[in-house]
Amino acid sequence: MAQVLHITANVVICNQQVFKNSTLVFEDAAVDAPGFLMSAYQHLGIKYPKFYKMDNLCKLGWLAAELLLGEANLTDKYQPEEVGIVLTNANSSLDADLKYYESVKEFASPALFVYTLPNIVIGEISIRHKFKGENAFFIFEQFDAGFIQQYVSNLFNNNILQACICGWVEWIGNNYKAVLFLVEKEQSGSTDELFTTENLNKIYHLNNG
Amino acid sequence: MDKLIQDLKVQIIAQLNLQDVKPEDIGDDQPLFVEGLGLDSIDALELIVLLQQQYKIKLSNAEDGPKVFQSVKTMAEYITQHQPQNS
Repeated sequence: MAQVLHITANVVICNQQVFKNSTLVFEDAAVDAPGFLMSAYQHLGIKYPKFYKMDNLCKLGWLAAELLLGEANLTDKYQPEEVGIVLTNANSSLDADLKYYESVKEFASPALFVYTLPNIVIGEISIRHKFKGENAFFIFEQFDAGFIQQYVSNLFNNNILQACICGWVEWIGNNYKAVLFLVEKEQSGSTDELFTTENLNKIYHLNNG
Repeated sequence: MDKLIQDLKVQIIAQLNLQDVKPEDIGDDQPLFVEGLGLDSIDALELIVLLQQQYKIKLSNAEDGPKVFQSVKTMAEYITQHQPQNS
């Protein structure tokens, strides 16, 4: 039976701005795109040395997840296997692929090679938060709210997940956008929205995305 | 040897992107992996690339890795013993 699901938190990162639950929480227009990632990381005030080693796609997704979850520790509420991650983008890991290709001309970089798959960003988020649930990364030409709503709902309806981080994490060149949604069965606050295609699209297009 | 050790610390930080670490934070005998600097298996591969790139040294026997990369000092000793004379 189809369950009523809720978007209990959302984060949008684009155009050098970060929105949490549709409220602007951080911006830094004075730096370029990679500089913005570092600026946002420093704003968080977290020490996570592995962040520096990540490629830009992973940095972006990791930051978005960090901001999405905030102080909330999902593994206090759920078993690690009950929290999943479903992400999408248009250019897969092409940004890292091209950098690795360049490095191969001289010395192939192992540190770049490990980021030449898009689902590594899911791994980085999972390692950080100790999630072990179902995960998948899909490539679409553009954000497909209908697919995400249907796919994630199926995971809940089949009792595979109790919570899911889903959305869009894209980085190519200096163009980027991350939109993450935390989906849960139970409501958690006044900013919750129903997990519908319309609400996913509404949040995705925040900040002229 | 002291200069080589100092150079290695700077090169390791750059190669491994250890942006929170300064050369003076790395002890000459400090373990590089696990309980020391906390490096991982990918970092080990990057150290092999570093040896090749900066010192033209190929680690011929992979089993030597744990001994060679035990600390900055053991790396410096290995480089001193194996560096081509004309480089």
